[in-house]
Amino acid sequence: MGRMLGNIFRLGVKELRSLYADPVLLILMLYTFTVAIYEVSKNVQMEVDHAAIAVIDEDQSQLSRRLTDAFLPPQFKPAIEIGAPEVDPGLERGDFVFALTIPPHFERDLLAGRKPGLQLDVDATAMSLAGNGAVYVENIVGREIAAAQNQGVAQSALPFDVVVRAAFNPNLSSARFLAIMQLTENITILAIILTGAALIREREHGTIEHLLVMPVSPFEIMCAKIWANGAAILVATSLSLYAVVQAVLGVEVSGSIPLFLAGSALYLFAVTALGIFLATLAGSMPQFGLLCIPVFVVMNLLSGAMTPLESMPVWLQTVMQASPSTHFVKLAQAILFRGAGLDLIWRHLLPVAGIGAILFAIAWMRFRRAIAQS
Amino acid sequence: MNDPQAGGAVGTGEIVAELRGVSHRYNKTTALNRVDLAIPAGCMAGLIGPDAAGKSTLLGLVAGTKRLQAGQVRVLGGDIADEAHRRRCYARIAFMPQGLGRNLYPTLTVAENLHFFGQLYGQERAERQTRIDELLKATGLARFPDRPVGKLSGGMKQKLGLCCALIHDPDLLILDEPTTGIDPLSRRQFWDLIDRIRARRSGMSVLVATAYMEEAERFDWLAAMSEGSVIASGAAAEIEAMTGADNLEASFIQLLPPEKRAGHEPVVLPPRMGEDGPPAIEATNLTCRFGDFTAVDRVSFQIRRGEIFGFLGSNGCGKTTTMKMLTGLLPASEGEARIFGRELDASDLQTRRHVGYMSQSFSLYSELTVRQNLSLHAHLFHLPRKEIAPRIAEMLDRFDLAEVADALPAALPLGVRQRLSLAVALIHRPDLLILDEPTSGVDPVARDEFWRYLIELSRHEGVTIFISTHFMHEAERCDRISLMHAGKVLAVGAPAELAAKRGGGTLDDAFVAYLQEVVQDEVQPPSDTAAVPAGNDHAMAAAARPFSLRRLWAFAQRELTEIQRDPIRLAFALLGPIFLLITFGFGISFDVERLPFAVYDGDRTPESRELVESLSGSRYFVEQPPMASAAELERRLKSGGVSLAIEIPPGFGRDVWRGSQPEIAVWLDGATPFRAETARGYLEGLMVQHGQELARRQGVDPGALLPADIEIRLPFNPSFESVYAITPGVIMLLLAMIPAMMTALGVVREKEIGSIANFHATPVSRLEYLVGKQAPYVAIALASFLIQWLLAALVFGIEVTGSAGALLVGALCYVTATTAFGLLVSTFVRTQIAAIFATSIIIIIPTVNFSGFMTPVSSLEQSGRIFGLSFPSAYFQQVSLGTFVKGLGWGELWFNHLILIGFACAYLAVAILLLKKQEA
Repeated sequence: MGRMLGNIFRLGVKELRSLYADPVLLILMLYTFTVAIYEVSKNVQMEVDHAAIAVIDEDQSQLSRRLTDAFLPPQFKPAIEIGAPEVDPGLERGDFVFALTIPPHFERDLLAGRKPGLQLDVDATAMSLAGNGAVYVENIVGREIAAAQNQGVAQSALPFDVVVRAAFNPNLSSARFLAIMQLTENITILAIILTGAALIREREHGTIEHLLVMPVSPFEIMCAKIWANGAAILVATSLSLYAVVQAVLGVEVSGSIPLFLAGSALYLFAVTALGIFLATLAGSMPQFGLLCIPVFVVMNLLSGAMTPLESMPVWLQTVMQASPSTHFVKLAQAILFRGAGLDLIWRHLLPVAGIGAILFAIAWMRFRRAIAQS
Repeated sequence: MNDPQAGGAVGTGEIVAELRGVSHRYNKTTALNRVDLAIPAGCMAGLIGPDAAGKSTLLGLVAGTKRLQAGQVRVLGGDIADEAHRRRCYARIAFMPQGLGRNLYPTLTVAENLHFFGQLYGQERAERQTRIDELLKATGLARFPDRPVGKLSGGMKQKLGLCCALIHDPDLLILDEPTTGIDPLSRRQFWDLIDRIRARRSGMSVLVATAYMEEAERFDWLAAMSEGSVIASGAAAEIEAMTGADNLEASFIQLLPPEKRAGHEPVVLPPRMGEDGPPAIEATNLTCRFGDFTAVDRVSFQIRRGEIFGFLGSNGCGKTTTMKMLTGLLPASEGEARIFGRELDASDLQTRRHVGYMSQSFSLYSELTVRQNLSLHAHLFHLPRKEIAPRIAEMLDRFDLAEVADALPAALPLGVRQRLSLAVALIHRPDLLILDEPTSGVDPVARDEFWRYLIELSRHEGVTIFISTHFMHEAERCDRISLMHAGKVLAVGAPAELAAKRGGGTLDDAFVAYLQEVVQDEVQPPSDTAAVPAGNDHAMAAAARPFSLRRLWAFAQRELTEIQRDPIRLAFALLGPIFLLITFGFGISFDVERLPFAVYDGDRTPESRELVESLSGSRYFVEQPPMASAAELERRLKSGGVSLAIEIPPGFGRDVWRGSQPEIAVWLDGATPFRAETARGYLEGLMVQHGQELARRQGVDPGALLPADIEIRLPFNPSFESVYAITPGVIMLLLAMIPAMMTALGVVREKEIGSIANFHATPVSRLEYLVGKQAPYVAIALASFLIQWLLAALVFGIEVTGSAGALLVGALCYVTATTAFGLLVSTFVRTQIAAIFATSIIIIIPTVNFSGFMTPVSSLEQSGRIFGLSFPSAYFQQVSLGTFVKGLGWGELWFNHLILIGFACAYLAVAILLLKKQEA
């Protein structure tokens, strides 16, 4: 046992040294965990934020002007006024996502109780914005009209009042969400590529054989690759969380970062094992490159980090339970967004560990067989 | 001795290449140190010397494949540093780099390889065919034009390499160690072939580097090199006369500087003491098959304890495979092997402790220092902790490594590295040492020293040594040897005994005689009537042309053939996108539904229950078990089990009827902002509906609440389904990632494998090379795009509403840009790992986040927009989305096409700048 651990340790140190010997790779890793995270968190918006809206005011009344002025930051950019013929080209070019048409005599008809119609054109190809934005537009319009009618008293006439608060993130800002989710995605990509390609390189250079004539087992070789590459990525992850996410971006995370890192370590075990498994499937580096794209793209885009898991078809949700990334995303959200502790997150840890163990076992079996045939 | 005119006496008296004050360095290592040398024309000129002597560097400089750093090199009457002259020279020089078939393409057939080289020199198909037929006849390869090069033996590979080099009738043929690693018979045939070719093309100059002194004896002129300097030049006889030695090897040792020669004396093999006990190795009918190929065919032999047993044979004859079976690396397909009387079991780690192995390629870990290498192995073999430090010290001392203990192996001469390898293999005091070609490329002095270590181990410590080698001198020092060919053992016995059995000549002659018996039917004797084509001038004119479509096509066709031979890669490239498109079409959706919510109902009246039902009845929300306390509410939110928690205060039902407007508190899980925002929209809508319903029952006119209707129109996506918005974006993503991944390994892989040598040594330009490599992938990517287009229509019913032409041309421009990006990555990374990683990470971030796929470009912040616009994806997203769902055509989109073309050109231009035609 002690011997085995000793072997694993020493082989892993060797692995780290070869990582260290490739400066281009190190620079890319640094980019992945700093600049890339920063850019995405700083510049991408999932919420309705500064959405571009155009107003076609054919009424030119007091009310229509009031409506035009009601679209305010942070949700909307100040509305641009355009003529009716510019609606379609503007939407086509993507200049704005919403176009609100206020028909002639709108105010007059409204006061006469004729329930006049407004028209809202939405570029629904901007999926993340279209649905929520349309709701906002409706709410703003409703509020303004009610206020206008009640002479400025926007009193809700409902028999009860609903006060909505967002727990864990009062302003529903997406900066933290995007930073952490991008981090989990980058961990996945790097873990698969680094470990899998390290194995193929040893195979293509023939050094793996040399290891195997020594009293070293395939199990130990695999474990060494897993811990060494996992540790390198874990260090990069910590750096990213403390230095980029917290210090530079100024994003506050709720829970315990060490707990998240421990969860990441478990996740890295699963994903590096997956990397080795993929490497045993691919015959050469070019094949490996093409094989890992669909794997990590699916693991990232369908894990719930990009779009909500609940909105996928049920069968696909079930399939995605087999991906460790799905559970890791939940784990990261629970710890870093909601401040959950071990008592709550063990149910995400368990599947990651289970899937990891299965992947490891399959990878180990294939790796042993691949070596026997080489 | 270094007089440039020393060789003037041989050949025609003319000089083919002249070096003046040439120095060359690799980082800190000096490869050539102020070399002055004149190489005579029209004869066979040789460079001899150990591996790190600078022979390969000198050849590379003469061939123009390496950039000249200092000094002057004149080749074929011009300055090689002059680009115009160098370009003319590509057509007059042929360069065969070191390594068996290293510049050949293993998956291509013999004929395809030859056609490829012919095309590079601008030959028409008919002309190529004539030349290829003649060359194949002359080399005896005529029977195998359709055999993949990877399946040729080492000797045949070298003959083919020679054919490829001769296809354009060079005036100067440069061969870098052409016979290292091939069997004596093939070696002889190879030199005979060169002689015949020279007889027909008398003007041709040949420059050869070799480590075999016995071969060098037949050269017309020689230059002996050591440590970056020429230590002697002239005819072999002159050099021998100069040193007074009777053969070249001895002369060479004499010529070495005294400190290198110190302590050198002939190697003596003392007789072996008889030892009892079971043999160290006993192999019975060992067989190893890979598929239908039998690598080792019923091999049997016994090696006695303390014996030095030599294994001779060409590359690929099964030596290495046999050794691997004996180390337990490979399971035997049939037969039995016993090590010290114990049956070999691959899973038995115990036997491995008795065996030390030094593999052919090995392969010290270049990232570890000498001491770290020793320490790693000591630990892996689990020497007792206390013994490790003294044992390392002992090995450093014994193998004279103490001075370099903290250096990295890469910085050490080959001879020292080999001593280190031996030290590493011996660190755990094995009883049996298996050495696979340990002395390849090592100079004679270091080789003798190495043998003294082996003899000492065998005679004084009783270590059994099983060694494979190409050198007959070394074979003669073994107690017994075995001759192997094509997986079979031809003969076993003491070297003198074997030589005697086959006519009493040298061991080399004996081996050739044994080989000839078995290979007669294998290689057809070359026909003497075959004429080797005579030179022509139009090849030179063609090569001097700066751009040639034919050369570009040669690379494109070769790349395409390689893809054809690797159907798995093609399948990944075409099936991957299909899989992803379907998965994402179904999977990526911004429709938020089935949000789990739970209620902390402090009221429990029909009113409160009704309110809850108004939510749970909609498709947006799914009710979870209710919560009993405020603490539970917090915990459930924290655990992520609910996205929405509703707290209904006590007395809610009563207060509603009283008109005192009770307050319901709703908590959203803000962890996922997008989902929370959507949930808030739905919730507020449902609450308003329910409130109106309630108000109506109370007799209040709800009409006043929403006095105007808002009609929402969704012009591009009337049913508001994610799939319409997502599919064009997924196509954009896939056309970036997969084509770029295919080209990203192109250049860096050729560098790792060695076929990049053809780019350095032939007239192909950087543009031709890169575009040639790119073109087939553009075609594959376009085919993949058409499949995706079809799938979008068939599976998701997404038809192109705009201009199909604009879409198709846009896709072509886009994949040209993304494949060019892959090539760019390939030229700046150092390893294939970095290439894969760079392609993945550099592409996925802008395509997913900043190209308008997930978030519209109009709501990106300034720097994010710049980030997005600096990658081609943002522009193709406009084309894809515009033509698929927005009904746009050329009029609105042409500018995007122009920008995409601009990206393709820019990437290619940078890749050309980064790619160097000459090596450093």
